[in-house]
Amino acid sequence: MIDAIASLGRSSLNALVVFGRAFLFLLQVLASLDIVIRRFGLTVVQIYSVGVRSLLIIIVSGLFVGMVLGYQGYITLVNFGAAEALGGVVALSLVRELGPVVTALLFAGRAGSALTAELGLMKTTEQLSAMEMMAVNPYRRIFAPRFVAGFLSMPLLAAIFSAVGVMGGYIVGVGMLGVDSGAYFSQMQSVTDWNEDVLSGVIKSIVFGFVVTWIAVFQGFNAMPTSEGISRATTQTVVVSSLAILGLDFILTGLMFGAG
Amino acid sequence: MKVRFFELAVGVFVLLGVAALFYLAVQVSNVTDYHDRDTYTVTAYFDNIGGLKTRAPVTVSGVRIGRVSEIRYDPEQFRAEVKLAIRSEHDYLPMDTQAAIHTAGLLGEQYIALEPGGDYDTLQDGDEVMFTQSALVLENLIGRFLTNMGSD
Repeated sequence: MIDAIASLGRSSLNALVVFGRAFLFLLQVLASLDIVIRRFGLTVVQIYSVGVRSLLIIIVSGLFVGMVLGYQGYITLVNFGAAEALGGVVALSLVRELGPVVTALLFAGRAGSALTAELGLMKTTEQLSAMEMMAVNPYRRIFAPRFVAGFLSMPLLAAIFSAVGVMGGYIVGVGMLGVDSGAYFSQMQSVTDWNEDVLSGVIKSIVFGFVVTWIAVFQGFNAMPTSEGISRATTQTVVVSSLAILGLDFILTGLMFGAG
Repeated sequence: MKVRFFELAVGVFVLLGVAALFYLAVQVSNVTDYHDRDTYTVTAYFDNIGGLKTRAPVTVSGVRIGRVSEIRYDPEQFRAEVKLAIRSEHDYLPMDTQAAIHTAGLLGEQYIALEPGGDYDTLQDGDEVMFTQSALVLENLIGRFLTNMGSD
């Protein structure tokens, strides 16, 4: 009995320690952000591996999510004789919710796990210590460019996801189900507002990008230097960032749309 | 060579992202409508505008020729003053054109339908539409129906 309580206490303390270390790590990365401006080339390479190489999965999933939205929206709306409202339904759900959230989930799976595995292996093979031996600061050389790359790529990926999704909805709604093309876009334009809907989606995706890259880079940094440790850290990245994304999305949606 | 490839790929990526944002701005939300170029403004007074909102379409025979640019209440006339921004290529509307507030579809938004009259003079910038027909307010309609029922 007492053992059970003690182990509960131990695990909560451990969780707190990890959280504190993650925060200190973030501060240290933020303190070394000047490298991004001084040697932008490092960041460019990271944007390539984090952002450009996620493009394919983002575009394909965006297209299919949009097409499914087109189908489901049509099936529901046609009961009310309001199939013309399809464009608004597709655009609003993509721009406000699905764009940022699904992109962030895919991003965590595609780019976040890769970041963690790369950094974990660097730590395991003592590349990070070797850098420190050579007086190269790994925060500046390794962590900061990766962090900035993830943070910059997310909003772009989310915007691409939403735009492709709108086209996917168009393909199904207008091309296959026969919704009027003009009605599709005019409905969309009359319900979607730039400030309220599109920009709040962009803000969401920036927040998600920040959180996912933070978690991914920290998990790599914090991984146990064994092969099992790397695999556990990679899993942790995907699980923790997915939960963080969904929880944060609830809070952000409440803040953005709840009060009004 | 290698570095150049990365830079190129990232450049394309950023361009794509910006293009997507631009697409969302222009095609999905309604930013572009803010600068409907070259319009002239006509004023119409309505007893009741129902649920009409600014940026609602202005149509002739169902064809969209402009939008509602401003709605306010005129305390002197005790009526709603609606400014219609009509694209300047549609300069053929007769002086005695009628404006009515209609509803598009069952859940649809309200819009202004113009019905051209037979006058030779055309509406110019700053003119007032003389004949207007208010929006159909369901409560009034039901109320009138009930009074008619009672008088029978």
